[in-house]
Amino acid sequence: MQGNNERLKAEITMALHEVKDPEIPSVSVVELGMLHDIVINVQNIHIKMLPTFVGCPALDIISRDIKKAITEKIAWVQEVDITFVFDESWTTERISEEGRQKLKEYGIAPPPLKYKESDPWHVDCPYCGSTYTTMENIFGPAACRSILYCRSCKNPFEAMKPVSSL
Amino acid sequence: MIVKSAEELQQLPEYKEVLLDLLLQLGDDDFILSFRGSEWLGLCPHIEEDVAYSSITQNTMGHATMYYKLIEEIGEGSADELAHARTEGQRKNAIILEEANGEGSYLDEPKYDWAFAVVRNYLYEVAKKIRLDSLKQSSYVPLANVARSVSREQYYHIKHWEIWFKQLLTSTPEARGKMETQIERIWKDFGGVLSLGPNADKMKDLQLIAGEKELSEKWLAMIESAFEEVGLQLPTSNPGLEAGNGREGTHTEHLTTALATLSEVYNMDRAAAW
Repeated sequence: MQGNNERLKAEITMALHEVKDPEIPSVSVVELGMLHDIVINVQNIHIKMLPTFVGCPALDIISRDIKKAITEKIAWVQEVDITFVFDESWTTERISEEGRQKLKEYGIAPPPLKYKESDPWHVDCPYCGSTYTTMENIFGPAACRSILYCRSCKNPFEAMKPVSSL
Repeated sequence: MIVKSAEELQQLPEYKEVLLDLLLQLGDDDFILSFRGSEWLGLCPHIEEDVAYSSITQNTMGHATMYYKLIEEIGEGSADELAHARTEGQRKNAIILEEANGEGSYLDEPKYDWAFAVVRNYLYEVAKKIRLDSLKQSSYVPLANVARSVSREQYYHIKHWEIWFKQLLTSTPEARGKMETQIERIWKDFGGVLSLGPNADKMKDLQLIAGEKELSEKWLAMIESAFEEVGLQLPTSNPGLEAGNGREGTHTEHLTTALATLSEVYNMDRAAAW
């Protein structure tokens, strides 16, 4: 039975790979590390998600998209409940290697690894890989992103703002 | 004592009542200050500041929503009602946070004061950080969890206002003069932010948050070291409560007009589905 449960969870996780962040459409919510837990009760499932930034306006859209993806792709599911929980804090460390790669392809530099509060940032240009970059504005077009500039290839770019649990 | 969830509160009516008071104070402070922040949109000193301040404002509104959702979980109203439908007397924000940004309105000749915005935001973010650090150990676990999430974002807010605060105080004599005027003005009412209201002692006894005195001292120590860096003396008196204590439901005309503006659409049709 345990093995069966794991198989069903894997099936759901697979479907969640289709749900993208509306503000970064190349990366799925799973790759972003937003999936916290899946609880299966026969035909009803409860998906617990971790919000990235708490005031992120995309959360409602993500919730709607998850519901749609599960309803369309998984026939045995009758009811989907989606909640955003705070038992654990989302951090940028939760973004998977695949997710980091896809952010880069989209022109967003992934956050520095093992970031601690007050560490200096070292963000490489997602286009040319140069380390010769400057911070233009820590606050960018979305709560999770900052605006930087590459002095080598002269491109402005965005970077995922590092957040660590304190 | 540790309270792990909203369900456990049913057996603890007094704890619940004190918790509700604290959650309203936390939510209302963030809510009204982020409303004031939203009025600055498009009017900041430069465009990058518009981006930064509106991002901070969006986060802060998100923090208010989190506290209102905690209230929703304990069965004391919905987040929308709490934000829009309560009267002035039911609000618990500090009075200095409701004060208008300056003369005029953003619709017609706003003569907002940037020094007021910088000083108010910086002093508030320091107080908020000290509260959050204490709330991470709160006996109400859902609140401690929210405090941890809010802290990750608030770290960037405090840094932002700290830069403005220190730079304006070390630039031209005109800038310094304006900043000093605002510090003096805000100090007279900042006691309202440091107050935890009539239930302060109970909040401490129930280990919801540290005592008012301890939190105020920590705030003062952080402010003192920031002042020292820019060669400022701390005012001789403690932060005051000149206009009254918002925690007790006392408010000013500024809150009345703010609520009328921010609830205008909500009040057109309270039953509408969005």
